[in-house]
Amino acid sequence: MFGLRCKGALFMTDLIATNLRLKVKDTLLVDRASFRLAPGELIALLGPNGAGKTSLIRGTLGLEKPTSGTATLDGIDIHKLDPIIRARKVAYLPQIRPLAWPNTVLDVVALGRYSHGTTLGRIKGSDAEAVDRAITACDLTHLAHRSADTLSGGELARMHCARAFATEAPLLIADEPTAALDPRHQLRILDLISAFVVRGGGALVVLHDIQLAARYASRLLWMNDARIVADGSPSETLTSDRLESVYGIRANVQGLRLDILEPV
Amino acid sequence: MNPGRWLTLCLVVACVIAIISACLIGSTPLPVDRVVAAFFGSAEAGDQLVVWSIRFPRALAAFLVGAALGLSGAALQGLLRNPLAEPGVLGVSATASLAATFSLYYGLVSISAWILPLSAISGALVATGLLAIAAIRTRSVVTLILIGVGLSSFAGALMSLLMNFAPNPFSLSEMVNWTLGSVANRSFDEIILALPFLIAGAGILIATRRGLSALTLGEEAASGVGLNLRNQRIFTVLGAGLATGASVALAGAIGFVGIVAPHLIRPFVRHDPARSLIPSALLAGFILVIADSGVRIIPTNNELKLGIIAALIGAPIFVWIAMQRRAVHD
Repeated sequence: MFGLRCKGALFMTDLIATNLRLKVKDTLLVDRASFRLAPGELIALLGPNGAGKTSLIRGTLGLEKPTSGTATLDGIDIHKLDPIIRARKVAYLPQIRPLAWPNTVLDVVALGRYSHGTTLGRIKGSDAEAVDRAITACDLTHLAHRSADTLSGGELARMHCARAFATEAPLLIADEPTAALDPRHQLRILDLISAFVVRGGGALVVLHDIQLAARYASRLLWMNDARIVADGSPSETLTSDRLESVYGIRANVQGLRLDILEPV
Repeated sequence: MNPGRWLTLCLVVACVIAIISACLIGSTPLPVDRVVAAFFGSAEAGDQLVVWSIRFPRALAAFLVGAALGLSGAALQGLLRNPLAEPGVLGVSATASLAATFSLYYGLVSISAWILPLSAISGALVATGLLAIAAIRTRSVVTLILIGVGLSSFAGALMSLLMNFAPNPFSLSEMVNWTLGSVANRSFDEIILALPFLIAGAGILIATRRGLSALTLGEEAASGVGLNLRNQRIFTVLGAGLATGASVALAGAIGFVGIVAPHLIRPFVRHDPARSLIPSALLAGFILVIADSGVRIIPTNNELKLGIIAALIGAPIFVWIAMQRRAVHD
């Protein structure tokens, strides 16, 4: 089923944030955050609303200028990198917003090839193959010619995943790709992302479902009050103390299973 | 050949036929063979004069003005991700014609003939620039349209002020003509003054159109797929400002054609803003050539102004498009 290829998987691409700090006016959004994303890992970025997860992603991708600290992609400062080059190495799936126009699923997925110079209406050669592979992997073949404004929430989420996969970048950053999805579709989206990691990709995914994160991620990145407070495997970092300090909830944790009891 | 190419080809043929037809009609109707002969310079002097000095420049001006507005409309709609964006609605045309009227009124035009297109273009660029800044600050499409309406009203008020102080009825009527929009009595001299800016603007918009496809995903995801958002904004605003300013310098303010044409084209290009640009320009040019021919045929005491016809047809369509929009997009 998964025929996607990841260019650059042999040469290890990595994205490194070092002491990244982001300040807007007097509000500290991200405070001295450091982490590394490389192929073979599925990192779940966890934290309550307003912890600074989206800001951290935007700062790391060079979409927001950091107040201090650096973000580098393959050792090059991401702010000095041409957006086209960055986009070929890191696919970015922001929180899903409605499309401006009722485009077809095929055209939206093909926009994932923008950094490769694809023009809609003339999708050829390796671009057409990559789009095809992404559409097949995300089980969208029967919907390819449908207008995106007629899709259900789950189908839309898959379309955006396919769009990100079509880039065939070695790295993927997804901001709440499972928001507003039913449990079955949440699992489908995470299956798609972990299949991408198995094929040699590296993914950083913002999740709100801690149970789901513990099940799929190889590493958990915990964020609270603009800081990364823990970074490690689910078995190391998923504790009831951490849930209380980060999310303000009391929970029983047994291995990777948790039972949420009440807010503190 | 893909459907998009067919569409473009059909529109090119339709435009050529419309422009030739516009040369046939008038106070002395000319048969086709005499018009064709006049185009190739083998007709008698009277026919040559009618075609080359009066009818052809007028039809060409109508086409160029329409094409510039259709192209700017399609590009602004792509940039702002809104089918109601258009130089007329957003106050770009009004600001450009205010600047042009100002330069006429204060006799700046006597310094150089280039002052007129240059001031119309400066007016258009100021307006598109303000709108682009507003578009960055507000994510609401409704707010942006309201800012455009405000800009349009303010330019209209300043225009009224100029008219209020008009020294004599003659300059007053000249100003009124400018706001109504017309291509009557346009010659190649005026076309040549506007053309370089129009070509530059159109060139910028067409060269940077691929980024408009990416913007379909929204600004955040468009940056994610590799679009340089800042450059895209600058180029689209600059291109639309140049093209709209050139069209205003040629014909005054003509509204709504920049909304209607892209709206009709979009379903044929699978709603891709990039692919809608060239067909929208051709269709808008075609519409204005036909509308201007209509203006010349309709027997009225004072000749109808092209801008009035465009607004009479376009404004109801604008309302219709606005009513069809679903709340989810705002």
